[in-house]
Amino acid sequence: MEIRIIKRSDVGKTESIMIRIVAVALALFAAGLLIAFMKLNPIEVYVSMLKGAFGSAYRFRETIIKAIPLIITSLGIAVAFKMQFWNIGGEGQIAMGAFLASFVALKFPDLPKPILLLLMIIAGFIGGGLWALPPAYFKAKLGTNETIITLMMNYIALKWITFLQYGPWKDPAALGFPKIPNFSDNAILPKLLGIHIGWVMALALAVIIYFFMNHTKKGYEIAVIGESEKTAQYAGINIKKTILIAVMISGGLCGLTGMIQASAVSNTLNVGITGGVGFTAIITTWLSALSAPIIIMVSFLFAALIQGGSYIQTAFGIPEAAASMLQGIILFFVLGSEFFVKYTVVFHSSVLKKEAN
Amino acid sequence: MELWISFFAAAVVAGTPLLFATLGEIMTERSGNLNLGVEGMMLMGAVMGFQIGLSTGNPAFALLAAMVAGAVGAAIFAFLTVTLRANQVVSGLSLTIFGTGFSSFAGQKLIGQVTPESIKAFFKPFSMPLLGDIPFLGPIFFRQDVFVYIGYITAIAFGIYLYKTNKGLNLRAIGENPGAADAAGINVTLYKYVHILIGGALCGLGGAYLSLVYVPAWQDYVTAGRGWIAVALVIFAAWNPYKALLGAYFFGGLDIIGFRIQGKGIHISQYLIDMLPYIVTIVVLVAVSLKKSKENSPPRSLGTPYFREER
Repeated sequence: MEIRIIKRSDVGKTESIMIRIVAVALALFAAGLLIAFMKLNPIEVYVSMLKGAFGSAYRFRETIIKAIPLIITSLGIAVAFKMQFWNIGGEGQIAMGAFLASFVALKFPDLPKPILLLLMIIAGFIGGGLWALPPAYFKAKLGTNETIITLMMNYIALKWITFLQYGPWKDPAALGFPKIPNFSDNAILPKLLGIHIGWVMALALAVIIYFFMNHTKKGYEIAVIGESEKTAQYAGINIKKTILIAVMISGGLCGLTGMIQASAVSNTLNVGITGGVGFTAIITTWLSALSAPIIIMVSFLFAALIQGGSYIQTAFGIPEAAASMLQGIILFFVLGSEFFVKYTVVFHSSVLKKEAN
Repeated sequence: MELWISFFAAAVVAGTPLLFATLGEIMTERSGNLNLGVEGMMLMGAVMGFQIGLSTGNPAFALLAAMVAGAVGAAIFAFLTVTLRANQVVSGLSLTIFGTGFSSFAGQKLIGQVTPESIKAFFKPFSMPLLGDIPFLGPIFFRQDVFVYIGYITAIAFGIYLYKTNKGLNLRAIGENPGAADAAGINVTLYKYVHILIGGALCGLGGAYLSLVYVPAWQDYVTAGRGWIAVALVIFAAWNPYKALLGAYFFGGLDIIGFRIQGKGIHISQYLIDMLPYIVTIVVLVAVSLKKSKENSPPRSLGTPYFREER
């Protein structure tokens, strides 16, 4: 019997979502086998992950606090990915956004709170945006591979923060301990309903990006470039300019994440400021099919995964790295499942019945 | 003079893990698949090689385990991108995320462990007869450990395979135009699988060199971005195994220059010098894309999945 693969012509939205849900379920099953292999009860582990993420008001708040940077960074990455610009420099852009925002916070600690925070937000956006620009410029101008450059710039940015933390920005009051001074109260984002106001910003940005990508000319142009640069050229789109603008927005949003994390979460700048969000956001963005509303949902679920992951570390002694392995496994299954969204496998005897497009 | 010799010799050592990873990625990309999971495969090889080396004390088993681990990672990538035609960029990134998680996970219990003496002894530098006595070049290239020598042999053997054998010609044909290669009766899928897997095994070896010989102890995230530098080195080497030798040792030099400069009493922050390999990688990439020549261009089908039905 011969197996043939045929491209599907139309896949319903519900069906494609169903396929992805099945993929995630299979991934959890596969990871469950791995947990069982470690002589632990997978169901017990998953249940305690849920407890760890949602079991109390405090943990629930923690989950949301972890979702905020994921949502904003994913929105940023989605803008670049839509253009098939593989921005994997989120880490560096977050770090440099946090750096510039911290510069403002440390330099002008006594400005009135609204002004200082506004300046920090602008600085964060600019810091991340500028850090994303060189790879965009070289991509637009010379066609240089952006994947590696954005990634290399992550390392440079993190070394830069380390340099500041251990050198010129070291807090003299910390008795030799390498830390940067804490921000003044005016530089710290206020809270709303017990959680820092970053969650409002994340939701607002999701709406803005959704509108930008789906209902503006620039958003449309970005999508066209992503589909085919040739088409974009025929349509008279200024490709180079659009690439620069899109990547500036992409990096800017990552930089904004850095500002929020520095201001609201750590109250200062440090090397750990990114917390791997730049990488995790690549997954959440991809899983969300670059759609802003789905990004909110998926980021929230991943935040629960991370929060639950750190909980099972204390409960079961399972290393936290297990959570990032689980992320990888989920991604493998979802990537594999795309095949079943796009194609259908038929056996030779039934080939004639199906319409091959 | 002696200082220079010791610097270059150390650069060769530091470049060896990069060499294996670069050769592995050239092998993969020649088949038309861009695998950005090098960092992940290196880490999988690093942890499994170290684990088996520690529990058996046998260097051959350690290297074998590292190769298998790298190849397993590559097999996931191959299945996703060749059979299921998934996006290569995202599949490679997922492999890096998975491999990084896997190595910290499996390496949790290994932290603080050092390479067993039996393996250290096996990888002790020794002088090649005759070659080791060549002035200047001898001490740099031929008074090294076995792993470094395997690196030379692998690069040259791969070069001969690629440019002088029929199979190598087939591989290049697939990378350039899989449709035409398929029409000529070459089994495209099989070739892709085999070369992606061997490529992964080489990346695994590169990782094992770091954990077993270079450090030589287990430390978390031992690659520290070297897998990504290897991906850039492939472009620098223009997909040519011989040029990979040059590139890897050059970057090996950049990797260690920080220590040397500080040793000379020049005070620049270590963290700023640490940026050097990454900055140079960017400069090299930009420079390569500036002068676009036919010889330096990637395999033409790189990054696009091939399948017969849409030919």
